[in-house]
Amino acid sequence: MIGSHYPILQVVIPLMAAPLCSLLPRTKLPWLFATTVSWIAFVISIMLMLKVNTNGALIYELGSWPAPWGIQYHIDAISAFVLVVVTTVASITLLASRQLVENEITATKHSLFYTAFLLCLTGLLGIIATGDAFNVFVFLEISSLSSYAMIAMGDNRKALTASYEYLIMGTIGATFILIGIGLLYMQTGTLNMLDLQVRIHEIDGFRSVHAAFAFFTVGICLKLALFPLHQWLPNAYAYAPSVVSIFLAATATKVALYLLYRVFYTIFGFDFSFDVLNLGYILLPLSVIAIVISSFTAIFQPGVKRLLAYSSLAQIGYMTLGIALGTQAGLIASIIHLFNHAFIKGALFMCMACLLTYTHSTRLVDLAGAGKTMPWTCAAFVVGGLALIGMPLTSGFISKWYLILAILEKDWWWLAAIVLFTSLLSVIYVWRVVEQLYFRRPRPECSYAKEAPPLLLACTWLMILITVYFGIDSSYPIQMATSAAEVLLR
Amino acid sequence: MIELIANQYSYWISILLMMAGLYIVIDHTNLLKKLIGLNIFQTSVFILFISMGKIDGGTAPIIEEGYKVFSNPLPHVLILTAIVVSVATTAVGLALVVNINKRFQSIDEQEIEEIELEEE
Amino acid sequence: MTELGQSIQMNILASLLAPLAGALLIFTFSRFRGLIEVIFVATALCLLGVTISMVNLGSEAFQQSITLFSILDSIPIAFHIEPLGIFYACVASGLWLITTIYAIGYMNANHEKHLARFYMCFCIAMMAVMGIAYSANLLTLFIFYEALTLSTYPLVAHKSTDDAKLGARIYLGILLSTSIGFLLIAIIWTWQATGTMNFTAGGILENKLPDTLLMLLFALYAFGIGKAALMPFHRWLPAAMVAPTPVSALLHAVAVVKAGVFCVLKITVYIFGIDLLNTTGANSPIIWIATATMLLASLVALQQNNLKARLAYSTISQLAYIVLGAALATSASIMGSSLHLATHAVGKITLFFCAGAIYTATKKTLVSDLNGLGRLMPFTFAAYTIAAISIIGLPPLAGSWSKWFLIDGAITADRLIIAIAFLISTILNIIYLMPIAINGFLLKPAGSNCAIKEAPLAVVVPLCVTAGLCFVLFLLMPYVYDFLLLLNLQ
Repeated sequence: MIGSHYPILQVVIPLMAAPLCSLLPRTKLPWLFATTVSWIAFVISIMLMLKVNTNGALIYELGSWPAPWGIQYHIDAISAFVLVVVTTVASITLLASRQLVENEITATKHSLFYTAFLLCLTGLLGIIATGDAFNVFVFLEISSLSSYAMIAMGDNRKALTASYEYLIMGTIGATFILIGIGLLYMQTGTLNMLDLQVRIHEIDGFRSVHAAFAFFTVGICLKLALFPLHQWLPNAYAYAPSVVSIFLAATATKVALYLLYRVFYTIFGFDFSFDVLNLGYILLPLSVIAIVISSFTAIFQPGVKRLLAYSSLAQIGYMTLGIALGTQAGLIASIIHLFNHAFIKGALFMCMACLLTYTHSTRLVDLAGAGKTMPWTCAAFVVGGLALIGMPLTSGFISKWYLILAILEKDWWWLAAIVLFTSLLSVIYVWRVVEQLYFRRPRPECSYAKEAPPLLLACTWLMILITVYFGIDSSYPIQMATSAAEVLLR
Repeated sequence: MIELIANQYSYWISILLMMAGLYIVIDHTNLLKKLIGLNIFQTSVFILFISMGKIDGGTAPIIEEGYKVFSNPLPHVLILTAIVVSVATTAVGLALVVNINKRFQSIDEQEIEEIELEEE
Repeated sequence: MTELGQSIQMNILASLLAPLAGALLIFTFSRFRGLIEVIFVATALCLLGVTISMVNLGSEAFQQSITLFSILDSIPIAFHIEPLGIFYACVASGLWLITTIYAIGYMNANHEKHLARFYMCFCIAMMAVMGIAYSANLLTLFIFYEALTLSTYPLVAHKSTDDAKLGARIYLGILLSTSIGFLLIAIIWTWQATGTMNFTAGGILENKLPDTLLMLLFALYAFGIGKAALMPFHRWLPAAMVAPTPVSALLHAVAVVKAGVFCVLKITVYIFGIDLLNTTGANSPIIWIATATMLLASLVALQQNNLKARLAYSTISQLAYIVLGAALATSASIMGSSLHLATHAVGKITLFFCAGAIYTATKKTLVSDLNGLGRLMPFTFAAYTIAAISIIGLPPLAGSWSKWFLIDGAITADRLIIAIAFLISTILNIIYLMPIAINGFLLKPAGSNCAIKEAPLAVVVPLCVTAGLCFVLFLLMPYVYDFLLLLNLQ
């Protein structure tokens, strides 16, 4: 039955499609092909989620080699959930991307661009699906390498330096993860995550296991862009082509976060991470600093894409804060925010892409008065911005609600106060943009601007509607996050 | 102390290389040299992996009369993959440097930073 | 569902959807200026009709709650009708109808731009007001409270000048920061302590928190509802005076600020319960702060030379009456507060209408320039005088009733000082309100003013109507009193 092969098809279909895509002629074909592939991946991820919800975790042995010798793919509640997030964002982004790619990337490179996109998707899906530690490293590098290439395609020459910076930092991070894998393998003789969990538990107390934990944490935090390892992110998001900004902002850091869950909870286990090594003491201050400093920095950014990038850094802080609380409620809050923020940030970057089609600039001053000429785009931005702030009836409110409830459960009033205070900072940076869009006279050269292409606009609103829908009926993410947290904490 | 170093010299070598590599990445402003540093850094990790699979007097894992002590082949296999990844990274990095040179007329980090600042 | 339940649901949905539909129609036909004015008035008429039919449902309908959908598990968006809510809805929707006519007259006479946006946001603000009036739990209240803040922001920033933008920023900043920083945390805290959020007769907090924390929680609510403009969070109200006068009149004398004090009242009655407040003494800090606000704001009003600013500070002082009445927590003071909500609304809207009429006719905004205008604009100044006397609280005008009950409440609560404070404040009211009327009629107009005539009919008629209402409300007071007795405070 083909159904039993879903875990591997999820990864292999985009992987196989990528080289094929590079052979396609310079027409609409590459776009059509990549979009179709991503929608197939989306359908598979939905199937996987339904299966996991009814039957529990799926284990797929590659080539029928039994673990721990063969590579296992391991889909449980959390991976199924994140798979759905990534494939949904990817398929919507690709659907919207045709006009954007035509505008921003030279015609000869279109098929290569979609190839890189599919490879990046493969990498991200692989990281989520696999149950093998070394496989994680390989997929991490597949996704990273293709994203370096995509970022470098931005038309501003700063995209090149941003991409280079990301390459250096990303490679160091990945190599750190590789060292961690090596140390663990040395100590346990296995690479299978479930197997690792059992064996690490048995050999408690070895220094090299502690060192491996440290290498993993630092390496993944580099990929996650947690303060103070975040310098590569703002430039990379700001100068990348808009399609890439949308996709990476919505998914790349989320997948890194997923990896963090896997390492902390599945491989090393909750007791080891939080009781033996007191992870909370490190993660908590870093998250708080990330939230506060990034929110402040976002306020002073002259470019909207950079502003959104810094806001992403702050939002990552909220997600790691949930982990740092070291409770089930905190983990649930973190997972819910992972889900919600993926769509919020995706939608906001899509709005930027819409604005870019006519203004050719995302500098704040150049967007003046766009509310008049591009009403639908700007309305979408306002809704997305409200979700980012955490207004009720948007999904951002749900995240914030659960995060604060988790904090209050520990009776940390000061932390709740900080979280709410930083929401106010987000009001400021969102409102700077809104004010510019609606209450400024448009520049003369922009007054001819028209609404963005219909397909792009429709996709933007699709993302916005998703955030609004899950702000009104939040039962799906909450339910999934709860079962995911149970799986992780088991 | 000397014994400690001598017995585990392979680890010391990889630590030495690792630190040298990282230092180059951090310290040099030349983008090309940074890439070289990155390569040295990655190579040190390869050595770490390979050395841990090696056992003194061990042979390839052949189940046959006369072969008793085996080296673990898995780390070698892993590192083959990692080398491929490293080559790809270097290739992408070099491509970036070439393009940076084309569009900034420089591969020095500080000079490029100054050019970028002037633009703003 | 019973027949009654269905008609309640119909009515509540209609009162939310009518303004929303109006907003959508205005958006759709934004190019046809005449048409949107008709739609605007028609919407107001519909809303008033719905509200009246709500009153006719009778007392059996009270405390039946209607659940729309759940956004967080076990906390739905729910509505109910109770005497206080209906009363507030009546005041708001009745005065809205008058304001629509005034607004059309004013906006046309002053050649304001962006009319569609203006009317649309006005409609949405009214929807939020209705949502607040009928909300059945804290979350619903919070959602519509934020919606009201956000939908009135474009109204305040309407003129798009730097002043307007600055004022709007202060407006949004203070209202959002108090609501997110204090109100949200108070709501989450309540939820954590009691496990419910529903407005329940008699309160839900009994025996749930120690007395000191109860005091803190009450303060969080009182300050968190920034729209009640307790000092030191009152700055937004004068800042919002940059808005066109119809906005100041309806929103910053009636809908928005009254939404604030209505929330305070509702939370006092249905979350804390007046018995709890009295027995624990949790209300005392707020009593003193409200008293201080009442007196200080009156003193500041004396210093203001700008008519609208003077009225704004007067509003702050009058809002403090209502908060004070709520905080005193006796049945008489709650009655006084509820009545004051209506009597002050009618009086203050008239005063603002007069300020707008004077501006329309003369472009004058300073109190010192108004000498002698009474002879040239007799209707406007007569209305001003009537409203001012009503606010001061002299019979036979409506304001006398509410002041009577408030002082009665202070005496029953054994707080003679507060009763004296009410009297001092009354004297201050006379000092800052009456000179404008007296100088207007008795002094001679300056030479250049002779050509001045009354403002257009659409501006003058509404203000005469509201002035008449001050008197009508005095006569109707027994009925209103009987209606509010249904609150069953004993």
